[in-house]
Amino acid sequence: MLWYILKRLLASVGTLLVVLAITFFLMNAVPGSPFITEKSTPEQIAAANAKYGLDKPLIVQFKNYLVSYCHGDFGVSLKMQEGTPVTDILFHQGKFQLSIKLGLIALLVAVIIGIPLGCIAAYNRGTWLDGFLRVVTTIGVAIPGFVLATLLLVTFAVKLQWLPTISGSLDSFNVYVMPIVSLSFYYVCYLSKLTRTSMLDAINQDYIRTARAKGVTTKSIVIKHALRNSLIPVITYIGPVIAGIITGSFVVESTFSVPGLGKYFVQSVLARDYTVIMATTFVLSALVIFMNLVVDIAYKIVDPRITLSSRED
Amino acid sequence: MEDNKKLIEIKDLKVSFFTPAGEVKAVDGISYELGYNEVMGVVGESGSGKSVEAYSIIGLLQNPGKVTGGSITFEGEDLLAYTPEQMRQFRGNKVSMIFQNPMTCLNPVYTIGNQLMEALTVHDDKITKEEARARAIEMLEKVGINNAEKRINQYPHEFSGGMRQRAMIAMALICRPKLLIADEPTTALDVSIQAQILELMKELQKKENTSIIFITHNLGVVAEICDKVSVMYAGRIVEQAGVEELFYNPQHPYTKGLLASQPRLDEEEPERLIPIEGTPIDLLNPPTGCNFGPRCKNCMKICLTKKPPYADLGDGHISACWLHFKDLKGKKEE
Repeated sequence: MLWYILKRLLASVGTLLVVLAITFFLMNAVPGSPFITEKSTPEQIAAANAKYGLDKPLIVQFKNYLVSYCHGDFGVSLKMQEGTPVTDILFHQGKFQLSIKLGLIALLVAVIIGIPLGCIAAYNRGTWLDGFLRVVTTIGVAIPGFVLATLLLVTFAVKLQWLPTISGSLDSFNVYVMPIVSLSFYYVCYLSKLTRTSMLDAINQDYIRTARAKGVTTKSIVIKHALRNSLIPVITYIGPVIAGIITGSFVVESTFSVPGLGKYFVQSVLARDYTVIMATTFVLSALVIFMNLVVDIAYKIVDPRITLSSRED
Repeated sequence: MEDNKKLIEIKDLKVSFFTPAGEVKAVDGISYELGYNEVMGVVGESGSGKSVEAYSIIGLLQNPGKVTGGSITFEGEDLLAYTPEQMRQFRGNKVSMIFQNPMTCLNPVYTIGNQLMEALTVHDDKITKEEARARAIEMLEKVGINNAEKRINQYPHEFSGGMRQRAMIAMALICRPKLLIADEPTTALDVSIQAQILELMKELQKKENTSIIFITHNLGVVAEICDKVSVMYAGRIVEQAGVEELFYNPQHPYTKGLLASQPRLDEEEPERLIPIEGTPIDLLNPPTGCNFGPRCKNCMKICLTKKPPYADLGDGHISACWLHFKDLKGKKEE
């Protein structure tokens, strides 16, 4: 098991390298530069390029990135907060923490509501309840995030005035409601659909009939016998989603003026702030890779038939 | 022992499946009784209703199946009047069941021990974990699983097919049920394992004084283990008799056909097996007469218009065929 984890971690270094390379060269393939403004003269741009080493050949620049990443140095921001170390922007300005907080709460909501809803729908298959849930979840999966966020904002903040429009302070509970609802709604619906499908598959298995023949209660059949067997696809889905959701959503953060990482990342791309783009991509991919490893280990815990050692042989 | 009392009595039981195409009468008025410590075989081809009948005893009929008539009485209590909760407590406790495919009947994500102990704890909330564990180990040893102390912590995928069926039997008998329903328990196993499992069931049946309803399509298995046999065809019992009587003196043409289609070891010259010609009837549109009529070699006019009543041939041997009434009719006419 330890050996397996070690191997996976080593392999992830290669994956990260590829991700960095793709990001770097794509980023440079996009026209523009962090230093172009309406007023800047060609001399000023050349001077700035020279200052940050952007006048060197691309391959040398890429090498410089790799070397400094190996030292844990993400460089300084070129435009958004010129001169500030990217590490500070990522970890010491509360952006990432805020996105993690919102993301984890949203995910928790999604799991706590989505999975039981899926179970209920599966157990009541073909009834009006199942039909109702199917309609709601299909709508939830189909509605784009910005539509839902805007609808919430117009309804609860503007018309009813129950909740604040701007999440500036982030110290009261009210502020979190709308961002979390709009972040989690899609996942609630998707998880519910996913759970329903795999539950239906599990419920029709022979071992469920055995459990019924033993006199196990319905509740225990669903929770103990069927749910654990239907969790694999759910875990597969949740793992990478965690990485995505805690790095923030541009749409939700923009709509509700949340100063999180998701919004900042998109802004950095638009501003061609190369060092910030590289660093955020690096952190996000490292998280995705890590979550995939966690998922594989979780498989083993949920289903004892799965062995993790297959790659060693 | 209460040998002479009835354990379970089924009267005119009818079960239908309400499908979009119409009502399928899977079980159409069957009656039998089973005493304590008695083993009854239920034989019939696929779709004859033998499993459906068993599922209705234990209350496991799935939608769209419904009991539409008749009664099931277990130790004097009407099972069909039970509430779902009463039925749940009854299942696994008084009556338990083992199934055809041991490879898929155990939950793959829990240990054998966990599943055995669960069968105990759902019916007895006072039992401690240690007691349940001890009992589970004892049961595993009883069904011939070596090294039960260690085996109890293993998962189903670490057991072979035969071992899993042994574990299933242990699980079914752990609450000391009065009745065990075995739904083709040996069909999915290798022939050599089949013999072992049958031997084990015979032995445990004597030790634990459990009655068994043994559902199978294998007449050899019936001869091995049963005291009496019901032969089912298209939702009805066509013949019922003690096991020897049925094998040596079959009366119903269908039973005769079944026996003729089995290979025999005691024949000097190997002969061709004789199949029963034709296919089972469509239960959506059953014939007005005898269900077996269209396939019967001895089919008469009356067979196609009226369902045959049971003829009592003495000593618990009954058979539903107009042939038994032929002489009667002939005599009257004379």
